[in-house]
Amino acid sequence: MTVKELVDQFDLEVVAGPDLKKEIDGAYIGDLLSNVMARAEKDNLWLTVQGHQNVVAVALLVELSAVILVENFDYEENAVQRACQKGVNLLKTKKKSYDLACSFCESNI
Amino acid sequence: MSLQKQQILNKEIESFDFQSGGEASSDLKNILRKLGVPSAIVRKTAIITYELEMNVVIHSLGGEITALISEDELEIRVDDSGPGIEDLDKAFTAGFSTASDEIREMGFGAGMGLVNVKRYADQIDVKSSKDDGTHVKVIINLAN
Repeated sequence: MTVKELVDQFDLEVVAGPDLKKEIDGAYIGDLLSNVMARAEKDNLWLTVQGHQNVVAVALLVELSAVILVENFDYEENAVQRACQKGVNLLKTKKKSYDLACSFCESNI
Repeated sequence: MSLQKQQILNKEIESFDFQSGGEASSDLKNILRKLGVPSAIVRKTAIITYELEMNVVIHSLGGEITALISEDELEIRVDDSGPGIEDLDKAFTAGFSTASDEIREMGFGAGMGLVNVKRYADQIDVKSSKDDGTHVKVIINLAN
């Protein structure tokens, strides 16, 4: 599934979408950047409440398919700019991580 | 015995520059890719350099990161100009951090930085003093 297909299916908001054709492979949930660096896998979606600029650096290094900011948290503006420059997809949703993860599981993501 | 090493990266890291934090790691990752280094080693290197780079951003007055490569190993050097690590043993203890609440709220300062570096490095050497700052040397084996 691509990020674009995910956005449409789960009604996610695209805050920065420089590469929506990217393929998704699994997901990781976490707010501690060291853990995300060490544990998340290439092409994972990353569900978090962190919306600052360094999130983009982590997403880029791990080669995540997209960041999903949950519970209606907001990205900082410089994070959005950096994401557009670096080709990192930033999405958001009102849902909680658990609820979103459950619906991903039901769709075999 | 290690063959002669070639410098492939040298980049300044500024204190509290969260905008550029991670860029040196990203640059190094791209360089290693182009050199044909296996992806598992590139990944390991990215984790190590990101942690060390963010340590400089968060905890130091500024510093630099240098990477050197030979046929059999990759050497990462991260040098900062202070203020030094007070207790090195504690710094390598999982969960120990001197980061402020503000930094922790950003998802840093979980006390896993140097722990992760040690886990993925084949060799690590850290020297730190108040007068001379912190100097980290990490070796990642490329052979076999």
